[in-house]
Amino acid sequence: MAQVVILGEYCKSCGLCLSVCPKQVLQISDKSNQKGYYPVEVVRAEQCIGCTLCGLMCPDLAIEIIRT
Amino acid sequence: MEKIFSRTKGLTSLPFHYCPGCTHGIIHRLIGEVLEELDIIGDTIGVAPVGCAGFSLDFFSCDFVGAAHGRAQAVATGMKRALPEKLVFTYQGDGDICAIGTSHAIHTAARAEKITSIMVNNAIFGMTGGQMAPTTLAGQITATSPYGRNCQLAGNPIDLPKIIATLDGAVYVAAVSVDSPQQIIAAKKAIKKGFQVQQAGLGFAFISILSTCPTNWGLSPVESLKWLRQNMLPLYQMGELKATKEVSAL
Amino acid sequence: MKGNEAIAEAAIRSGCGLFFGYPITPSTEIMEYLAKKLPQAGGTILQGEDEVASINMCYGAAASGARVMTASSSPGFSLKQEGLSYLAAAELPVVVVNVNRTGPGLGGLGPAQSDYFQCTKGGGHGDYRLIVLTPSKGQELYDYTMQAFDLADQYRNPVLILADGFLGQMMEPVELKVRSREELPPKEWVTDGCRGREKRKIASYALTNEIGEANCLYWQTKYNQIKDRLQRWENFYADDAEYLLVGYGTCGRIAKSVVLTARQQGVRLGLLRPITVWPFPEKAFWGLHERVKGIMTIELNAGQMIEDVKLAVQCKTPVHFYSRQGGMLPTEREIWQAFCRTFQLALTEEEL
Repeated sequence: MAQVVILGEYCKSCGLCLSVCPKQVLQISDKSNQKGYYPVEVVRAEQCIGCTLCGLMCPDLAIEIIRT
Repeated sequence: MEKIFSRTKGLTSLPFHYCPGCTHGIIHRLIGEVLEELDIIGDTIGVAPVGCAGFSLDFFSCDFVGAAHGRAQAVATGMKRALPEKLVFTYQGDGDICAIGTSHAIHTAARAEKITSIMVNNAIFGMTGGQMAPTTLAGQITATSPYGRNCQLAGNPIDLPKIIATLDGAVYVAAVSVDSPQQIIAAKKAIKKGFQVQQAGLGFAFISILSTCPTNWGLSPVESLKWLRQNMLPLYQMGELKATKEVSAL
Repeated sequence: MKGNEAIAEAAIRSGCGLFFGYPITPSTEIMEYLAKKLPQAGGTILQGEDEVASINMCYGAAASGARVMTASSSPGFSLKQEGLSYLAAAELPVVVVNVNRTGPGLGGLGPAQSDYFQCTKGGGHGDYRLIVLTPSKGQELYDYTMQAFDLADQYRNPVLILADGFLGQMMEPVELKVRSREELPPKEWVTDGCRGREKRKIASYALTNEIGEANCLYWQTKYNQIKDRLQRWENFYADDAEYLLVGYGTCGRIAKSVVLTARQQGVRLGLLRPITVWPFPEKAFWGLHERVKGIMTIELNAGQMIEDVKLAVQCKTPVHFYSRQGGMLPTEREIWQAFCRTFQLALTEEEL
C-alpha cells in the first residue's frame, strides 16, 4: 500500500499529523532529535492507506509518503 | 516505489524556524508547490514582510527581497513595474498588511497592480510576542489586550479581503484557511489561481489565509486549529469573494 | 529651463527607467516633466499613495537592476527616512532628490538648507550614509543628477541631490550635455528571477549579532572608501585667501559675488563651495589654519554645516556664521557687511 517516512530532524512534535491520520499510524516517539523535539514515529505501518493527510497537515514538511 | 508526497522544489531544504504547529509552514509548502507546478520558480520574485515570515527569504527557491514592515506591496509594485514580464508576489502577516501596510493594500489593489498578494491572518502580531493586531478578535486576550480586546476601546477586527474586493483593480480575491486538509487543498487552489491571474496579467490578486499561532494564543497546535474553526471562520466571509469573468475563465 | 526640469531631463538622459513620486511643492515639476517625457523615453512613472510608498517602490525597482529616481521636498523627504535607511543597508542604487523647503513642520515653500543634518548625518535609523551632492545652479542640477546615477551604481548606494526651492523653481539656460558612458560594475546582485542561476536575496536583517557587526564594519569600510575618494568642492579665490566663506548651493553662488566685492576692496577673501556635503570636503580645509585668519559659513538655516567646518579645521581657526531663514535669501551686501563687522575690517564709506 503506502509507507510514511518521518524526517526526524524536521519534526517539531506538533502533533498535527496525528490529529488527521484516520488510521492512527503515527505516534510521538520517546527519542529526541538534535533540536530536542520528540519526533513522530510510524507505529502501525501496515495500516497506512496512503491518504497523505498527514503530509498535507505537516507544517514542517517532515513527512514523505511512498506508494509501495 | 514512487514518492507520492515529498518536499517541493519550490522550497529550499532549510528547516523552518516557525514555532511547532504554526501553520505558516503549510502555507509555505502550498506556495512552493504552486511555484513548482506552474514552473515559475525561475521567473518569480517574492517580497517578504517584517514579522514571523520576515525570515522566509531563505525558505523559498525563488529570488526574494525583504521589505520594511508593512511595505511589501509597495516594494512589489516597484519591482513589477521594473520587471513586468516577471512574476512578483508578496507574503505578509495580518499585522504587516492590516495595520501599518493598509495604505499600500488599498492602493496596490486600486491600481490593479499585476501582482499576487498573500496575507496570513493569525489574528495577532506573532514575531513581537503576541500583541493585538487589527485582526484580533473581540474579547481575544493578547499581550496588549490582557483583558480581552475591548471593542469600544480598540475597535473591531478588519476583514481586509472584503474591503479589497470592493476595489475594481482587484480581479481575484479569495479568503481561505489551512485549519484542515480539506481547507488546505482549497487554499492551494486559491493560491494557484492567484498566480495564474498574474500570469494572465488580469489585475491584482489577493488571497487571505487564516492561520494559527499556538504560542501566542496559548493553545496546543491541535487546539489552535479548533479555536480557529470556532472563532475565526464564522467571523470572516470565506471562499472566493471576487472573480471577474476573465478570472473565472482561466 | 526650470531647475526641477533640468533634474528630470538629466534623469532621462541617464537612462533612468523608473520614477516614483508624490506631489509636493517646490519639487513637483520634476514628476510633472517626467510624466510627460519619461514614457516616450521607454521609462515608467508612477505616483504613489504617499512618499513612504514611493521610496519603497524605488527599493523594489532598484532590486531589479533598473535605474530609479524619486524626488520630494522636506516634509515628504522626512517620510522617506526609514526607506533610505533600508536602501542603504540593502545597498540599492537609487537617486533621491530633496528640494529643500523651509521647516520644521509645514514650514513654507521658500528655499532653505534646514535639512542639512537630516541629509548628511542620516535622518533614518542606523549608521548609514547617503552620498549627497549640492548643486548651486541650473547647469549643476543637470550635471550632478547625471553623476548621481553613475555614483549610485558605482558604490551601490543611494545618492541624494540636495537642492532648494529657489534652485528648483528658477529658470536658467542649461546645456544638455551628453555624459560619457562610465565603466560601472556589473549588477550581479539583482533579483530578477533566478532562472539559469543561483537564487539571490536582498535584505538587511542580521540573524546574529556577529553577522550584524560584520555588516556594520563592511558598511563603514565602504563609507570610508567613499570619504577618501569622493570629497568634491569648488575653490573660488581660496588659494591665497586670508579669509574664507563656506557655502553650498544657493549660498555658495551668492558668496561668489561677495568674494569679488572683497577682492575689489583689496581684501583677500575666498570661497570653498562644497559640491559633496557627504562626504564633507574636509581635505579642502587641511592646513588652512596657518594662512586663514577667519572663516564664515553662509547658510539658510540656524547653523548646521558650520559644525562640519569647525570639525574640518579642528577649531584652529575661528568659524563664524551668517544666515537667513524661513525662505529669506541673504543679499550680497548683507553678507559683505556681516563679514566686515565680524572681522572688524574697515567698511568703505558708501557701504555704511
